[in-house]
Amino acid sequence: MKKKVLAITLVLALALTLLAGCGKSSAPAAATTTETPTASDAAERPNELSIGVAQDFDSLDPHHATAAGTKEVLFNVFEGLVKPTSEGQLVPAVASDVKVSDDGLTYTFTLRQGVKFHNGDTVDMQDVVFSIDRNRLAEEGGAALIPALGVIEDLSYDDTTLTLKLSEPSLELLSYMTLAIIPADYDQQETAPVGTGPFKFVSREAQDNMVLERFADYWGTPAKLDKVTFRIIENVEGLVMGLQSGALDLVMHLTSNETAQLSTKDFHVEEGSMNLVQALYLNNAVKPFDDVRVRQALCYGVDKQGIIDRAFDGYGIPLGTSMFPSFGKYYDESLTDYYTHDVEKAKELLAEAGYPNGFDMTISVPSNYQPHVDTAEVIKEQLKDIGVNATILPVEWGVWLSDVYGAREYQSTITGLTSDNMTARKLLERFGSQISNNFTNYNNSEYDEILAKAVTSTSDEEQTALYRQLEVNLTENAANVYIQDMADLVAVRNGVEGLTFYPLYVLDVSTLYWAD
Amino acid sequence: MRYTFKRIGLLLITMLLVSFLTFLAFTLVSGDPAQTKLGTEATPERLAALRQEWGLDQPFFTRYFRWLAGFFSGNLGVSYHYSKPVWDLIASKVGVTLCMCLLSFLIITVVSIPLGIWSYRWVGGPFDWLRTAFNQLCMAVPPFFTGMLVSYGFGIVLRMFVPGNVPDLHTNFGAAVKHLFFAAVCIAIPRIAMTIRMMRSTVISEMNKSYVRTAISRGNDRHAVLTRHVLKNSLVSTITFLGQTMAEIIGGSIVVEQVFGIPGLGRFLVASIGYRDYPVVQTIVVLLAFWVVLVGTIADLLNQTIDPRLRLGGKA
Repeated sequence: MKKKVLAITLVLALALTLLAGCGKSSAPAAATTTETPTASDAAERPNELSIGVAQDFDSLDPHHATAAGTKEVLFNVFEGLVKPTSEGQLVPAVASDVKVSDDGLTYTFTLRQGVKFHNGDTVDMQDVVFSIDRNRLAEEGGAALIPALGVIEDLSYDDTTLTLKLSEPSLELLSYMTLAIIPADYDQQETAPVGTGPFKFVSREAQDNMVLERFADYWGTPAKLDKVTFRIIENVEGLVMGLQSGALDLVMHLTSNETAQLSTKDFHVEEGSMNLVQALYLNNAVKPFDDVRVRQALCYGVDKQGIIDRAFDGYGIPLGTSMFPSFGKYYDESLTDYYTHDVEKAKELLAEAGYPNGFDMTISVPSNYQPHVDTAEVIKEQLKDIGVNATILPVEWGVWLSDVYGAREYQSTITGLTSDNMTARKLLERFGSQISNNFTNYNNSEYDEILAKAVTSTSDEEQTALYRQLEVNLTENAANVYIQDMADLVAVRNGVEGLTFYPLYVLDVSTLYWAD
Repeated sequence: MRYTFKRIGLLLITMLLVSFLTFLAFTLVSGDPAQTKLGTEATPERLAALRQEWGLDQPFFTRYFRWLAGFFSGNLGVSYHYSKPVWDLIASKVGVTLCMCLLSFLIITVVSIPLGIWSYRWVGGPFDWLRTAFNQLCMAVPPFFTGMLVSYGFGIVLRMFVPGNVPDLHTNFGAAVKHLFFAAVCIAIPRIAMTIRMMRSTVISEMNKSYVRTAISRGNDRHAVLTRHVLKNSLVSTITFLGQTMAEIIGGSIVVEQVFGIPGLGRFLVASIGYRDYPVVQTIVVLLAFWVVLVGTIADLLNQTIDPRLRLGGKA
């Protein structure tokens, strides 16, 4: 009996401690739920922001980082001789002045005086030359990081001026001069990066977070926030939950389904565009897509606006070629409606090509990216109307890169192609028949000729016209079924202002601030 | 003593086998680390350079033995994705996962053993069916689902912790443990139900044995027999079961870490497989395997101390 009493006492004691534990933890938490954002609250709030990102950063060395999500954030830590503005212009940064000779063969940069690295050193010409050479010259393995810099024939400099002489004219060299300027005698870039940007790197925990702080000695307009923490949460549900719980203040690249779960009391949604070309990319080398009539039939069969309405709640800009509106002068809007949705026309073309009863095809879709999967589902339904029976093959991203993109072993795929600098070249060059990353196997001799002329053109006007011809060529020959530039929905906590969209895949945190 | 050495030898062989199979699996799955790292920026020259840098152009056995030699000399390699030594990346995550797993184990032990013994009293009682049904329900609910419910209920509605923001284990131990506690409960629930059922049936079968009948017929108190003899005899199977539970917890942690956004080994493993970051995957798999085998070995060694007959190769 005694033992029984003891046992009961023990169980009760345990239960009480558990309850007490819960009670303790809920007490201060309950207080926070009743708090509403008031003036006094704002005064105590630290001047910092927590931003959710869906994939972890790779190398933090700006020249070795390859993931788009890493470059998006490193934009705040590093600068080149020039840097892009939100309007898509290139403005001097580490250089204070840029001159290009009339023949497009000589670039002269004047170094801005007194620009400081995050470690306190002043940027000198050695650092600039080191940074350019690191990208221009072949590494031990044999390949230069930026092959396009191969046009630099001669590089000469004194303490204040850098002169680049080119072997052939290149109007686009300037966009490559956004490459990060880093200290010459520093070998910790991979893990503790040092640049000249408005934010300096503080710490990083793999698969967890990265912390940036305002750089007090920044040469330009200083950042408004003191500190920014990027939190890595791979699943979208987790990101949405992080916003709801208060762990996150801002998340980019959401879809309308996800933003709909957030209360408008706490958040507002800003809409920009992803600056990518989402398309049903066709392997032009395999049957039946080696026949232009079949490709055109698919273009007539797919209803772009239908996809945007059904899978994206109407958010998105329909595209007709490999170019999006934020690239301004290069974008040819008239191509969007070159193929209007027309089932009869599609069937006629298929019959002409020898497929009166349609055919079977596969669409390989990177399964980690739900918007592409949703797009594939809608396309599959739409193609049924023209007698084409599509099967969706979900593939993991790593497999997609090696099998679809690398080995080109696929029939059709849905993805979005982007450009990491402000030139049309990145988006159009890849369809040249001799280009190593032409994963669609597009092969058109007229295209190759125009492309060769465009990249060496010395007049901006002429070059723009040539790039636009390339876009027309892609549309007329139905290289791929172009769909849209996807909307980029950003959930922002109420009170946070200053979000700026760029025509590039970057997030500028230096303009963000708490308004109150 | 000989038995102990035999067990440790077995442990090492298991580890070798696991590491070899993991290595082999990488060569069989589709996807190329260099291509994954460079993404759509890849050029044939840069791909070749990276493969050479990582030694992927070497034959399979050369790579495996090079890795093995590195492992035994304490060099776990450099992550492809992060360009950082593997140990620097995972050191903090080992602590997080270990803490969560031990917490979960503690919850399971503290809750299920008393309840298991107690539930024996209910056998045949009017509410036994209700208890059984509830137990079945707990067993059937997968941890990721409870995880979502708990994150929403305790995290977003009650604000007892902040999903997506795990405090640092070193600087803020108390808060971190509180956060991990919720995740640990989600892993524990199905295992608690299983342990209770196991305890209950073990106690029932022991109570039906003749020594118990004899003891009771000699006038001993039923309760005294239970605590003095039956529980002692149930100990071996309970320890074996709890050893297996530890392995299950590790498996459960991989899923729950994703749901709660906990920066632990499991979540890092899943992401690293996606990046084809083989040095990281290899190390984590070997670590997890080591933990599972180690716990099994400890359970075995404990059991043979309790029941010396096991040393002769008998079965519990």
